[in-house]
Amino acid sequence: MAHDAQHYNLDQKFEFKASTMKSIMTVLVIGAILLGIGIVMAIFGGHHEEGAEAGAHAFHWYERLYANLWINNVYFTGIAIVGVFFFAIQYAAQAGWSAPIVRVMLSFGNWLPYAAVLMIATFFLANHDLFHWTHSYLFDKASPEYDKIIDGKGAFFYWPMAKGTFPVFYIARMVLFFGFWVFFFNKLKKLSYAEDTLGGSTSWYKIRSMSAYFIIFFAVSSSISAWDWVMSIDTHWFSTLFGWYVFSSWFVAGLSAMTLLTIFLKGEGYLEMINENHIHDLGKFVFGFTIFWTYLWFSQFLLIYYANIPEESVYFIERLSSDVYGPFIFVNIGMNFVLPFLVLMTRDAKRHGVFLKLVCSLIIAGHWVDFFLMVQPGTLGHNGGVGFMEVGMFLVYGSAVALVVLGGLAKGNLIPKNHPMLEESYHHHI
Amino acid sequence: MERDTNFVLGVFDDEDVLLHAVEEVRSSGVKIHEVYSPYPVHGLEHVLGYKRSRLPIAAFLFGMLGTSLALTMQFYMMRFDWPMIIGGKDYAAFPDFIPVTFEMTVLLAAFGMVGVFMISSNLKPWAQPRIFDVRSTDDKHIMAIDIANNSAMDLAKIEEILKSSGATEVNKKSFE
Repeated sequence: MAHDAQHYNLDQKFEFKASTMKSIMTVLVIGAILLGIGIVMAIFGGHHEEGAEAGAHAFHWYERLYANLWINNVYFTGIAIVGVFFFAIQYAAQAGWSAPIVRVMLSFGNWLPYAAVLMIATFFLANHDLFHWTHSYLFDKASPEYDKIIDGKGAFFYWPMAKGTFPVFYIARMVLFFGFWVFFFNKLKKLSYAEDTLGGSTSWYKIRSMSAYFIIFFAVSSSISAWDWVMSIDTHWFSTLFGWYVFSSWFVAGLSAMTLLTIFLKGEGYLEMINENHIHDLGKFVFGFTIFWTYLWFSQFLLIYYANIPEESVYFIERLSSDVYGPFIFVNIGMNFVLPFLVLMTRDAKRHGVFLKLVCSLIIAGHWVDFFLMVQPGTLGHNGGVGFMEVGMFLVYGSAVALVVLGGLAKGNLIPKNHPMLEESYHHHI
Repeated sequence: MERDTNFVLGVFDDEDVLLHAVEEVRSSGVKIHEVYSPYPVHGLEHVLGYKRSRLPIAAFLFGMLGTSLALTMQFYMMRFDWPMIIGGKDYAAFPDFIPVTFEMTVLLAAFGMVGVFMISSNLKPWAQPRIFDVRSTDDKHIMAIDIANNSAMDLAKIEEILKSSGATEVNKKSFE
């Protein structure tokens, strides 16, 4: 049974067809139109809310735009880095089944450089409008607005500069994380493509050690980036589980995106050696990590609910008792746990593209809702909600990511033809 | 129920040979009683033409039973039987019930599945297993063919099929 994999065309390249690009561009344009409508509506319709709150700062329409930018930045950065992370997992765990689709996973990393630029730009653009801790008066003891709690946390953002000036430490972390993520992505990509010409197992061993380094770095950086980018919005509040919670949300959304892309490529006639056994494995990952996310979400909720300490429970009170966000808590659990759990429970559902396509799309939308619930209540309060702007911005980001990822995928061979475990993957059977 | 007592046994050394032999034997019209092997042979149940196990259905039903039992129990205790205010919550504070509900679901699903598996595989403590060949617990795969069940076919023919498909030995085994 030597080299059955050779029956297949291992040199195939993903061709980014004009028709595919056109459909993605259509979604992008629809998104942009919705976004435009949303902005116009926010400019002309949002004023009546302003007078209601005495003492609070007036609400401006562009705050909602910034919040949307931030939600999608964080969310799609997560999907991109999880692609690289899952690739690294395959090598660190010496997995054989996934050999033909490792480049599909890795291709999500192509979004990272864009994500880095967008993230840093949005931070400087939005600044005070998103992050309460950027106000310098919070750290001024003479000011009536002085906040002891935030002052205590200030060094985490401003060190080594004086609190309330320029958040050196915060920006440094952002740049460092993106820098290393992009570095590891490029390095892994280079090694993976070098294997096509070099052959042998040297590349595989190199990728494996590089993957191990990356996983260690990602373990720390994913948690800290979750505190920085999401938890710091609700500055007073903290949860020790938050890093894992955000990671699990990223991970399951990333897995869904990879599964969708694999099924899409399969449908286009690529990846002939991928059969329902491989799809089954991807389905199991999606199913399992859906439950993992629920477990973390609920652990965080239950402890806060049960202990009922005001400075902790404020996070959920802000969401559950709000007319704007209350229903979305349940939408979140329904889309990300109940439906995927019930639909993907049977073996057949995990083996057939139809169910997986449905559930993965649901999860990708569902975890956007999850990030929406993390970001908007703390930034916009009752001025938030899911409207044209949210849907439009999500579509714009989603299609931009799709363009970048597919464009990157089209640049090289789709299958690592000299991967030492390609043969094993061909015989994969569960 | 009368138990079948007379068997022809094919002894195989190698699992690849065994898998092909099962296919050959079945395609020649011989009905296989069972194949005994020292370790799980991947794909054996597939070539033997076994239907997929319905154990997951039992697991699901037992899991649902656990969920409903746990919720009913807690709701009854906390709301009607002995209402208590804990941590300032309502009597029937639903989120509090989830951990117990989860555990009961897992417990009953697992116990139910093990129980159903034991019953359906006849794994009761007093069951007397029939040992076809003790070497099936060591290094040989044993293919058992029920003679009564293959009465349409000549015994010599069955033995020949076994030999030609790679059996290292062909034995007979009778039970009391």
